[in-house]
Amino acid sequence: MNKYVKQIKDSIVDQNPVLVQFLGMCPTLATTTSVSNAIGMGLAATAVLICSNVFISLLRKFIPKEIRIASYIVIISGFVTAVELLMKAFFTPLYDALGLYIPLIVVNCIILARAEAYASKNPVLPSAVDGLAMGLGFTAALILIASVREILGAGTWLGLRVTPAAFQPALIFILPAGAFLTLGLVSAAVNKGKDLAAAYADAHPKPEGVAVLPDEIVTEAPAAAAIESVAEAETPSEETHAPKTESAPTQQTDTVPTEDAVSAEPITPTAESAEESVKEETTNKESEETTNGTAD
Amino acid sequence: MEQLIDILLLMLSSVLVQNFIFAKFYGICPFLGVSDKPATAAGMGMAVTFVITLSSAATWAVYYYILEPFRLTFLKTIAFILIIAALVQLIEMFLKKFVPSLYQALGIYLPLITTNCAVLGSALLNIQNGYNFVYSVAVGFAAAIGFTMAILIFAGVRARLQFAQAPKSFQGMPLVLISAGLIAIAFSGFSGINF
Repeated sequence: MNKYVKQIKDSIVDQNPVLVQFLGMCPTLATTTSVSNAIGMGLAATAVLICSNVFISLLRKFIPKEIRIASYIVIISGFVTAVELLMKAFFTPLYDALGLYIPLIVVNCIILARAEAYASKNPVLPSAVDGLAMGLGFTAALILIASVREILGAGTWLGLRVTPAAFQPALIFILPAGAFLTLGLVSAAVNKGKDLAAAYADAHPKPEGVAVLPDEIVTEAPAAAAIESVAEAETPSEETHAPKTESAPTQQTDTVPTEDAVSAEPITPTAESAEESVKEETTNKESEETTNGTAD
Repeated sequence: MEQLIDILLLMLSSVLVQNFIFAKFYGICPFLGVSDKPATAAGMGMAVTFVITLSSAATWAVYYYILEPFRLTFLKTIAFILIIAALVQLIEMFLKKFVPSLYQALGIYLPLITTNCAVLGSALLNIQNGYNFVYSVAVGFAAAIGFTMAILIFAGVRARLQFAQAPKSFQGMPLVLISAGLIAIAFSGFSGINF
């Protein structure tokens, strides 16, 4: 069970499809004009991602290797059509707001990337969890970007006014140009947080950092928390290049859920971290494949 | 004559006002992915123009002669993505055999186009706007020219960016995205024009 929790945490934070891997840029830029649109798009993509991952995983032994991409696209577009019809029937305002971007989920590279890199090689249950995890990571990133855009550009959050009356909303953040600017600034903030976390880890090489970091995150503001946690969990992947340094075990346990890390650490810290680094390496390879193979 | 002017205005509007990259966000992945050199950007632009123009014609015909008579219009997403994938494969084989020089130029970009949302987006947009055959092909072609223009302009900007000394956190993708945002501001100036 803990394995799945870690998988979900990794995809939201460590391997975030949007903010770390830069996949699925079209819907990210286009549908983040308001938080409600972002949630709608994120959940629609999550639904498609879970269904297509399960289906492709079930069929992974039957799909011939030569035509696998075409088969994946047909499976994905089937589920997209289903989601589109359901949204049209039950969430008409959202359907109208998202417009053509719903059928365009078919060519969202996150879905094809997960099909190719994960679902085609793994059993059904892990594939379903992977779809859920990646979908939640996508949704979280969309909500983060949409929050920035909606608060600065319209002064509201989910339609509720959150800024004082004296605040004059900067319309540019709602316009297309604001999408590029916001994503650029958010990803710069993610990089900055990554550097800060690396510096923090260097300054505090002892294991107490494990217990402290996650607590801090919970108490912070949501936007800052997401950035910080992306950054915090990003450090182990850099670490795998030089696994022999002294601080390596400390940082690698950072990605494990807190109670797990605390209980496991006094007993066998080396075995735990060795296992971790192997896992990290596989996920890294996977993500590299992903980014190379499916630049749509 | 009047119709010709109408088409020309519509084409101009889809190049500048409804630009695929800066106004509609179709095809952002290739835009960010292959715009680091002007030569590769031009190759991608040409490949996209080629495929969008042909797929506009093919999807229009399939929609109005097959899907609509049989009341299968809800299958248009599946049908269109299959047409585009088959078309890309066909174009690749055709070029390899008959126009090797063009194949050399477009070669590596063609397979990537199947999952380019600009192609599917333009096909769906033509149907949504109810264009006839000539309009569909003309608007598809113009939108692809707009895409090529955007990616070429941006390749020039990125060539300069390589020499910029940005703060460490802004190096790489953040700086690229912010520059794209600044060009998008320039393009949003066109949106005041009414055709």
